Amino acid sequence: MTDTLKIDNLHVSVEGKPILRGVNLTIRRGETHALMGPNGSGKSTLGLVIMGHPKYQVTAGTMTLNGENLLDKSADERARLGLFYAFQRPVAIPGVKLADFLRHAATNVRHPERKEGEELMPMREFRRELKGKMEQLRMESEFARRYVNDGFSGGEMKRAEILQLAMLQPKIAILDETDSGLDADAVRLASQSIAEIGREKMGLLIITHHDKLLEHNPPDFTHVILGGRIVETGGVELANELHTQGYDRIRQAYPDADEANRKMVEKEEAAAVA
Amino acid sequence: MTATLSQPGFDQQSFDAFLHARNEPAWLVEQRREAWQSSLEKDWPARNEEEWMRTDIRLFKLNQFGLPVGPHSVWARPGDKVGDHRQDQSHTESGTTLTEGVDLAGRTAAEDSRPAHSALKAKWADKGVVFGSLDELVHTHGELIRKHLFTRAVDPTYDKFSALHAACWSGGHLLYVPRNVTIEEPLHCLSAISDGGVDLGHTLIVLEENAEATVMCETASPRQEDSGFHCGATEVILAPNSRLRFVSLQNWGHGVWHFAHQKAIVGRDASLQWTLAAIGSRLSKVNQHVELVGRGASTQVNGVLFTEGKQHISYHTLQHHAAPDCRSDFLYKSALQDKSRTVWRGMIKVDPLAIKTNGYQRNDNLLLAATARADSIPGLEIQCDDVRCTHGSTTGKVDEELIFYAQARGLTRKEATRLIVSGFFQQIFDRITIESVREALGQAILRRVREYV
Ligand SMILES: Nc1ncnc2c1ncn2[C@@H]1O[C@H](COP(=O)(O)OP(=O)(O)O)[C@@H](O)[C@H]1O
Ligand SMILES: [Mg+2]
Repeated sequence: MTDTLKIDNLHVSVEGKPILRGVNLTIRRGETHALMGPNGSGKSTLGLVIMGHPKYQVTAGTMTLNGENLLDKSADERARLGLFYAFQRPVAIPGVKLADFLRHAATNVRHPERKEGEELMPMREFRRELKGKMEQLRMESEFARRYVNDGFSGGEMKRAEILQLAMLQPKIAILDETDSGLDADAVRLASQSIAEIGREKMGLLIITHHDKLLEHNPPDFTHVILGGRIVETGGVELANELHTQGYDRIRQAYPDADEANRKMVEKEEAAAVA
Repeated sequence: MTATLSQPGFDQQSFDAFLHARNEPAWLVEQRREAWQSSLEKDWPARNEEEWMRTDIRLFKLNQFGLPVGPHSVWARPGDKVGDHRQDQSHTESGTTLTEGVDLAGRTAAEDSRPAHSALKAKWADKGVVFGSLDELVHTHGELIRKHLFTRAVDPTYDKFSALHAACWSGGHLLYVPRNVTIEEPLHCLSAISDGGVDLGHTLIVLEENAEATVMCETASPRQEDSGFHCGATEVILAPNSRLRFVSLQNWGHGVWHFAHQKAIVGRDASLQWTLAAIGSRLSKVNQHVELVGRGASTQVNGVLFTEGKQHISYHTLQHHAAPDCRSDFLYKSALQDKSRTVWRGMIKVDPLAIKTNGYQRNDNLLLAATARADSIPGLEIQCDDVRCTHGSTTGKVDEELIFYAQARGLTRKEATRLIVSGFFQQIFDRITIESVREALGQAILRRVREYV
């Protein structure tokens, strides 16, 4: 059976405020999906809730991986089941070297039964593999000795996320604006890396505003999210339309969702001012 | 408490018996009597005193403990020796945590405030190095000790505890390094007590001109829950151009009351690196004082505190610039679990003539539970214009977003918490140049870290 992430009628609130209002989405291993939508439409929320961020409450709906309920699982359990979320805004962990962090992460993800305190994967094996992946991504080896995301530029953080994706080899990966903050060369490199990591070995959900990442990773499906709902799903041509013409047609076609989106963004702006 | 321990109480009768049994030189008997008198005259600290207002010792009862008189100690029981009886996983494997894989120049140990055993490599003894039990060496090196003991560093009249210590010290350690001698290997001092026991140890370290040494001191109890009483002092006297790396690990059982006065005098162009870790005791009250007395002296202090349960650890530090061109750099980090509490009160004092002072102090606290509490009170007292002094402090919880990030990469909440705690201390571990110490401290702390709640 192909690994399948299935989301049905998902409703999500944060601090009592509804954000996602009935999302339906099915991603199979081997497929590439694009998720596009204006600011504040709920893209990152969807990614974070799939990964199990405790701040987001699921008020209705279901989410399964290969039929297994995900909603009662913690983030680390989901990671061990093969889910990966590349953060739009990664956080720094001062004092913890990226290599040490990754060795721990890779051990857990590859040995989901591992108990706390049991041996990590052998250092030599890990180092060799990390070195290979970093060469592939054209990263300086010194990079792995730096503290996780600490003092990284925006671009470095995104590249560190791709390195982690490459090392953890998930079944389903969500890339949240992994191309923003990267220049054109870096985006090309990132796209190549994703292809090399094995696009066909993963199910990919690519959240992006740009067309570069999709150019190298043409989506099988494009979803448009507005006001916390997926309002349209199409093929690669939908992504192209949105890039060239923006969201005007979508906003007009779905006035309710547009209104909901406006309200969410207004609240966000009001909160930012306050 | 055990019958083999001395009679309870710190009264006149037991003090006289203590003095009588020790048979020490007259100057020392006199010094002890004077301090005893002073301890009788001094009141217990009042709750409204600045140093004690955050540290409540009302439950401490001195007379539950006794002066170490007589040769017996429960450590003398077979199979109950420091070093081979630690079954408790949460504690260190042996009484000596810091020396794993280290070639030592010498070692000395006190058990229940009595000298246990000492050894020093002959090549260092031949060079005039004196190392071992202060109690024993006072009989052979009395004049050397007299010159330094309570003369320049610790003031016996500071408070009731310093007076009591000066009167009753026992189970002490001495290191004396003559001019131009560099001891390559570290020296190790262990102070161990049994459950309910006392340690009144005095550590005296004297480096003469251009001498160099590394000293590692640690304390131990048989089990983590054990009680006891430590009333101690440390005096470090560094002559011009000497260099000392000093590590001290306070690792008592969690029922031990710990009161300590520690002071270092650093001479011209001498340097002191002092790394301390405090992870044991029920309650600790420590005065740590470094006085830079000669031009160009420098000191770096690295403090690591980890508390859990209801532990209370209070550090009052003073970096005193009494000469020009000196540098001091104090960094303290504490992580607190459960309902534990730390107090850090730091002061940089600069005398009028101490121009070109470079002073730095910082205290960072990481709260691992909403019920833990850290008080951080930095301070400056500067009487000189031409100085650079900076200080800072932070106190915060573990950031839930960091935990989530690590969990999203497959680490459990507990593993994430440990990683974040080890990262928090990394800045200090980076400054510790002795690998065995870095490893031992890191492991001792991580073993204790549970899940962030
Ligand atoms: N942690 C949060 N706390 C409060 N509001 C949030 C939080 N996360 C998202 N939101 C709100 O949910 C809406 C969608 O946000 P987000 O998912 O980040 O949008 P996108 O990624 O599409 O730009 C926004 O209005 C935002 O204010
Ligand atoms: Mg977003």
